[in-house]
Amino acid sequence: MAEVLLEIEDLTKRFGGVVAADGISLALPAGELHAIIGPNGAGKSTLIGQLTGEVVPDSGRIRFGGQEITSVPVYRRSQLGLARSFQVTTLFPDFTALDNVALSVQAHSGHSFRFWRKARREAQLREPAQIALARVGLAERAASLVADLGHGERRQLEIAMALAGGPRMLLLDEPMAGMGPEESARLVELLRALKGAITVLLIEHDIDAVFALADRISVLVYGRIIATGDPTTIRSDPAVREAYLGEGAADG
Amino acid sequence: MTVASKPPVKPGWSFGVITPRVGLNIAVVATLAAVPAYAALTGNTFALTLFTRVVILAIAALSLNLIMGFGGMVSFGHAAYLGIGGYAVGILAKEGIGSGFVQWPVAIGAAALYALVVGALSLRTRGVYFIMITLAFAQMIYYVAIGLDRYGGDDGLTIYHRSQFDGLIDLSNRTAFYYLCFGLLLVGIYLVWRIVNSRFGMVIQGARSNERRMRAIGFPTFRYRLVCFVIAGAMCGLAGALLANHTDFISPAMMHWTRSGDLIVMVVLGGMQAMFGPLIGALTFLILEEGLSRLTEYSNLILGPLLLVVAISIRGGIDGLITGRRGG
Repeated sequence: MAEVLLEIEDLTKRFGGVVAADGISLALPAGELHAIIGPNGAGKSTLIGQLTGEVVPDSGRIRFGGQEITSVPVYRRSQLGLARSFQVTTLFPDFTALDNVALSVQAHSGHSFRFWRKARREAQLREPAQIALARVGLAERAASLVADLGHGERRQLEIAMALAGGPRMLLLDEPMAGMGPEESARLVELLRALKGAITVLLIEHDIDAVFALADRISVLVYGRIIATGDPTTIRSDPAVREAYLGEGAADG
Repeated sequence: MTVASKPPVKPGWSFGVITPRVGLNIAVVATLAAVPAYAALTGNTFALTLFTRVVILAIAALSLNLIMGFGGMVSFGHAAYLGIGGYAVGILAKEGIGSGFVQWPVAIGAAALYALVVGALSLRTRGVYFIMITLAFAQMIYYVAIGLDRYGGDDGLTIYHRSQFDGLIDLSNRTAFYYLCFGLLLVGIYLVWRIVNSRFGMVIQGARSNERRMRAIGFPTFRYRLVCFVIAGAMCGLAGALLANHTDFISPAMMHWTRSGDLIVMVVLGGMQAMFGPLIGALTFLILEEGLSRLTEYSNLILGPLLLVVAISIRGGIDGLITGRRGG
């Protein structure tokens, strides 16, 4: 058993009468690609929010790399190596693709109280950014403004930005949402290539992609994890079939 | 496109690469450089007075462009820094400390300190709240100045001796003073250009465009924005010291909230995020104001709607008009 990188313990969050997280506990060994599936409103986004620090849990604890991070601010978690991609792409529109990724590299290379040298001429920012772009297949779009990128390309850029900081773990919030089949297939290949090297928590609606990629899957329903296991186990779990997958999906 | 794509003006460029923007910038700078000669030849000292004012307020607008244009921090209390810088000079002069080597650092330091306090409180808020807090602080300073009976209260205070820089420069020489202000403006534009394109500038611009995202990729944005706010405050404090020397007079009117509004108009008019935008905006605004006030006493009835039309129709300001960049 590999060392546990992310450990979630009894995480609870209520919004008024809605329980978005109901005692979630989960342990991710380093190198695992763990998928979380569940119907809309199951609390997937809230879980991501709590892991990144944007949502403060009512109770429970989060440990990352052996360190308690439950009350660590957002930027600090990113610096510790917990990178995320956004469900709705939130890039910097008046920057080029390369600028966007370089900014992510910059965030992980010391403080930015540097007022004189031109950041766009710094090889130590631009080169790793270029490599990250190449990794997601966007090398040729480096000089394009984000505004000129297609939807799928923006999602790829999201991943490049998350990768550029050299994270220990990726939180991917529905990276395939709105992608065409070809783009999805490319992204699946990319994630497959990352498997083992980086721990990934993948939240995704594309069931085929999830079953193709994940080492383990957790099913989240109404803020509660009703099952965790490898794809075969999840596929045959009666509670899961009833709550979420439906008979047809389980066969597909 | 941001200004970074603008080819820097450097000696040795060929005339083939002069874009309309660079051409306009050169024309403006050349015109400003020639003002004292024009004034001397024609005996029109008023031109020198007007353009000194243009250059000083351009420095103030430049500092506002740094936080508002590049940083997205719409400060509606920027005239307070002019007042603080001016009062630092006036108060010290009244108390018998005439040396500019003391007055100006105090002016800059006081403005920076004020920016630190205002920024530390206001930068935790967004949008309208940020605007209101910066305005509220500026109003507070305005009323403090009115209450300073020893320094003229509501009536203001005459400064009998301009800042002394023994042996270095004589500020009572109006041409020398003009060139000093002009030089400081050009240095300021260069500094802002460096800052905006540095790592620090990337963080500031990223936070304008998407602060939440900046935090998610690992930037503690607050401290960077605060430092930027303080830099702008210090720069505007210097403009205030220059303004007090220019008018030989300080009064609470320097920091009336309408002055803060004027500065915002100058920045928007010239083109936010354009390096020479604040200068072009200040030039246009003050010349329009002056020209219209000669035509009619209801000049604001013309100026106001005119500026409104400009703000709505050309979102990138005059710079946007020139470059065809309308994004604002």
